[in-house]
Amino acid sequence: MMFEAAGYQLLPVLPEIVLAVGAMVLLLIGAWCGQRAAGLVTGLAICFLIGTGVIEYLLPHGRLMTFGGSFIVDEFARFLKILALLGSAATLVLSREFLEDQSRRMFEFAILVMLSTVGMMVLISAADLIMLYLGLELMSLALYVVAASNRDNVKSTEAGLKYFVLGALASGMLLYGASLIYGFTGTVSFAGIAAAAKTGSIGVVFGLVFLLAGLCFKVSVVPFHMWTPDVYEGAPTPVTAFFASAPKIAAMAVFTRVVLTAFSGVVAEWQQIVVFVAIASMALGSFGAIGQRNIKRLMAYSSIGHMGFALVGLAAGTVEGAQGVVLYLVIYTVMTFGAFTVILAMSRNGQALEQISDFAGLSRTNPLLAFFFAMLLFSLAGIPPLAGFFAKFYVFSAAIKAGLFALSVIGVITSVVGAFYYLNVIKMMYFDEQAEATDAVHIELRSVVAATALFNMLFFVYPGPLVSAATAAAKSLF
Amino acid sequence: MIEAIVFLPLIGAILAALIALVGAHGRNPSGDSVDHHDDHGHAHAAAAHDEHGHGDAHGHDDHHVSEPPAAGSRAAELITTAFLIASAVLSWVTLVDVGFMHHDARIALFSWISSGDLQVGWSLRVDTLTAVMLVVVTTVSSLVHFYSIGYMDEDPNRPRFFGYLSLFTFAMLMLVTSDNLVQLFFGWEGVGLASYLLIGFWYQKPSANAAAIKAFVVNRVGDFGFSLGIFAVFMLIGSTDFDTIFNAAPGLAGTKVHFLAWDVNALTLICLLLFMGAMGKSAQFLLHTWLPDAMEGPTPVSALIHAATMVTAGVFMVARLSPLFELAPDAQAFVMFIGATTAIFAATVGLVQNDIKRIVAYSTCSQLGYMFVAMGAGAYTVGMFHLFTHAFFKALLFLGSGSVIYAMHHEQDIRNMGGLKDRIPYTYFVMVIGTLALTGFPLTAGYFSKDAIIESAYVSHNPFAYYGFLMTVVAAGLTSFYSWRLIFKTFHGRPHDQAHYKAAHESPIWMLIPIGILAAGSILAGFPFKELFTGHGVEEFFRESVKMHPHILEEMHHIPKAIAYLPTAMMILGFAVAWLFYIRRPDVPVQLAREHPMLYQFLLNKWYFDELYEVIFVRPAKWLGRFLWKKGDGFVIDGFGPDGVSAGVLDVTRNVVRLQTGYLYHYAFAMLMGVAGLITWFMFSGGR
Repeated sequence: MMFEAAGYQLLPVLPEIVLAVGAMVLLLIGAWCGQRAAGLVTGLAICFLIGTGVIEYLLPHGRLMTFGGSFIVDEFARFLKILALLGSAATLVLSREFLEDQSRRMFEFAILVMLSTVGMMVLISAADLIMLYLGLELMSLALYVVAASNRDNVKSTEAGLKYFVLGALASGMLLYGASLIYGFTGTVSFAGIAAAAKTGSIGVVFGLVFLLAGLCFKVSVVPFHMWTPDVYEGAPTPVTAFFASAPKIAAMAVFTRVVLTAFSGVVAEWQQIVVFVAIASMALGSFGAIGQRNIKRLMAYSSIGHMGFALVGLAAGTVEGAQGVVLYLVIYTVMTFGAFTVILAMSRNGQALEQISDFAGLSRTNPLLAFFFAMLLFSLAGIPPLAGFFAKFYVFSAAIKAGLFALSVIGVITSVVGAFYYLNVIKMMYFDEQAEATDAVHIELRSVVAATALFNMLFFVYPGPLVSAATAAAKSLF
Repeated sequence: MIEAIVFLPLIGAILAALIALVGAHGRNPSGDSVDHHDDHGHAHAAAAHDEHGHGDAHGHDDHHVSEPPAAGSRAAELITTAFLIASAVLSWVTLVDVGFMHHDARIALFSWISSGDLQVGWSLRVDTLTAVMLVVVTTVSSLVHFYSIGYMDEDPNRPRFFGYLSLFTFAMLMLVTSDNLVQLFFGWEGVGLASYLLIGFWYQKPSANAAAIKAFVVNRVGDFGFSLGIFAVFMLIGSTDFDTIFNAAPGLAGTKVHFLAWDVNALTLICLLLFMGAMGKSAQFLLHTWLPDAMEGPTPVSALIHAATMVTAGVFMVARLSPLFELAPDAQAFVMFIGATTAIFAATVGLVQNDIKRIVAYSTCSQLGYMFVAMGAGAYTVGMFHLFTHAFFKALLFLGSGSVIYAMHHEQDIRNMGGLKDRIPYTYFVMVIGTLALTGFPLTAGYFSKDAIIESAYVSHNPFAYYGFLMTVVAAGLTSFYSWRLIFKTFHGRPHDQAHYKAAHESPIWMLIPIGILAAGSILAGFPFKELFTGHGVEEFFRESVKMHPHILEEMHHIPKAIAYLPTAMMILGFAVAWLFYIRRPDVPVQLAREHPMLYQFLLNKWYFDELYEVIFVRPAKWLGRFLWKKGDGFVIDGFGPDGVSAGVLDVTRNVVRLQTGYLYHYAFAMLMGVAGLITWFMFSGGR
């Protein structure tokens, strides 16, 4: 058969294969044509990412497994993979203008994003610890390079280096945890672990802590978040947007899958960990952001907080909770993308603007952009009827149903504190003295901003399809 | 037809409001900041006098404001006035229809509140009592609308004014047509709102705003009691519909209610609480302080709201609830006591006031006391009769005063007037008619109604009957004195202000027609209606709408002749003294005031009620407010709430930011500490 090799079904991994082969082809094109081909490669990469998403969508429905049960494609994987692919594609759309600059022209960027995306897809589909690690490293290795892609900039290289060193440490922890789990359960497959770890023996719990520490690093929650502000600030803005979206989706997906499938027997234990990191992240995300002057650092704290909110849903450990996480990821991705696009669009005389004070008076110089940004910020703060409110609503209602009242109350309080810094930016834009006019905004950026903002504003009108898809995805984990 | 009577004013109000809004926007899109230079209603005559010292030069136009009138002012005036006149004509038809043809009406409009046992509907109840009120309200209101076209012709905000007037009329009609206590309360508050808006109509004047707020706040005190009364009715009877209440009331006789640590008679409690509302609205003793200050509003407002209609709402309410009051003799005693006290108190204060409108205002207060005396005696129709006649002659006196004020360029102090009878003879003529009616000159309207009240007090079995009788008789003499004092000081003698005197001229025809009609009413409202309200026609005319004290009308007809002539004698005495003091020997009152400074000051300062309330209520309330504001809100709530929390948040933030050193090994250390912490936690607690 066409989709068989060495006795393994290849159909479930077809999208990954297409994307990986595509990346290699583009690499050849790039090597052949040199940096002139950067635009072409980026365009083709976008096509590949979207095409892969279509293939993923067209795969036969239901649960597909291959490679001896270590690779799984179910509704959950399908949904989040498509989301991650869209995130990556959007990143490349955003980065087109950034890459047009002579000094930054490089075709490798798009290829690295593609390879990283392959890693994410593997990660999302991982059904054993080996595949998990494989996907994680494939994703991360590309990300380390991407973070440092602005090679002449000290901050960018610093960001890449920091991310790499800490990522290596996190990988080590994750591997140590995986080996502990293997040692105590005798298997690496999630199903096997679930069958073996019915009670929380101290060995399994130790392994769980180390494994989750590694995953927490990738989703950047407290106390494994320290890299986030520095890397977000240092990396070029399109890269930051990328960091804030697709890899977070993949890491959060695997986090969810691991705790809900492999460790369904020790819910009480992992719940404690998740509740702790969720509270710590929400609090730190809210309080830390208030002191920031750089909008990208602010967004870093914001993403820490948002991951904390998403984990609130996971802490519930129920179908509603998983559904809340999936919906949170979708809405968070759209909001963050919109916000970063606005940040990317802010420049004056060709100089990128990254200080919060640069937004002063934006409502006068560029009223439409200011309005959309305000909507996105309101949504990030969780103001009804914008999408961000519903994201929080789903996770908190799942937590309440699961009896996690303290967690929910703390979450709501921190979201109130967090609202301050979003509102502060809006106040800057609408009430403060205007600075000089900003540069005209590229059509691509404008359309991304408009699309994301409108999604946020109109989500409540017709949430049905998205919610039912998220429900289907969540159900496939149980 | 009833719907038309009630809702025409509402439509007029809405149209006028639209015109006002459009006009205000067109005139001044960015808000009204024009300094409104007008001198209406000077409380302090001396200051007013100085301002008018340069009077030679200025003609009548001097008082106009620099603002142009709102567009469509004339349309708003004509629409509201026409609607009111239509409403008034229909009201008279209704009075005949209901009073003589016995076509009582109950029109259910729609349901309002439906919550458990509480069912409240909007409905119009028209019986004779209501029909009388409809006539009073719409007639006076339409005349006041008409009059205002002339009186307010210099004001730039006329559409707003006419909108308020019509709104008031609508609310008053809702009040008198209500079929249950809640709808009554709606109308009650509606007239309160309109009164507030109209007293403060010249909102650029701080004194007008203060008066408006005072009226509102004092009425809150009464309304607090009123609402407690409604709650008590609902608690005991389970309904607020009048018919249900009246049917259930006899069964409540002897029931006790635990209230404020006492067991009190349920009906007495209900009646006293409801009467508390009436005291506020009708400016009775202790809650009267707002009425004189309400004269800050335009004079037509004083005539309509603060003389003829709104202030009589309390009287109407007691009459409407007569089946309840008849069952609560203790409450009736209280009603008569308060009424008699108000009658005499306000009359004494009226003796020495110098502001023409305030004199009439205290007179109103006093006459309302008379009405409550009749209510306390159980002669409800007699009280209603006085309400009916009083509406005419008091509206006349106010509108006549308005005409004087208009002629004198907004001068209100009677000490600065004098001799005006030659300059404005028509106004003088109608004012004299109004005064004759007020003082009870034989065959005028007031003669019949006021004497009937005094008689009813005499024959009543109320514990305070003799107090009520004595006070009302004495007050009749005082009324006569201060009324004639007003006439003599204003129209007779020599002019005190030559400039104003010379410039004085008769008011425009818009104003003269209504006061002419009211003058006719002041004479004609008495005799033709005497039998219907106080004689043998009562049972036939009022039927079920009020429940009279048994036999009281019969007994009134058999009082000694001497008693019957006593009020007239008092009236003549008052006239004679006034004539002596202000025509014959103008030095006597000055002498008297000098010889009895304590008494004079006591009366001039209105028994020091404002000062007393200032000390007892206002200052402690202000102190408490300041305390709660500065200490309670500012220190405790803000300090530990918003301010404290935000300061705390900033502290936390500072520490969080400090953690972010930028050093790689710190970050790695944090990660390791996190893992170590979690492991430790599980070692000691989680690992089973």
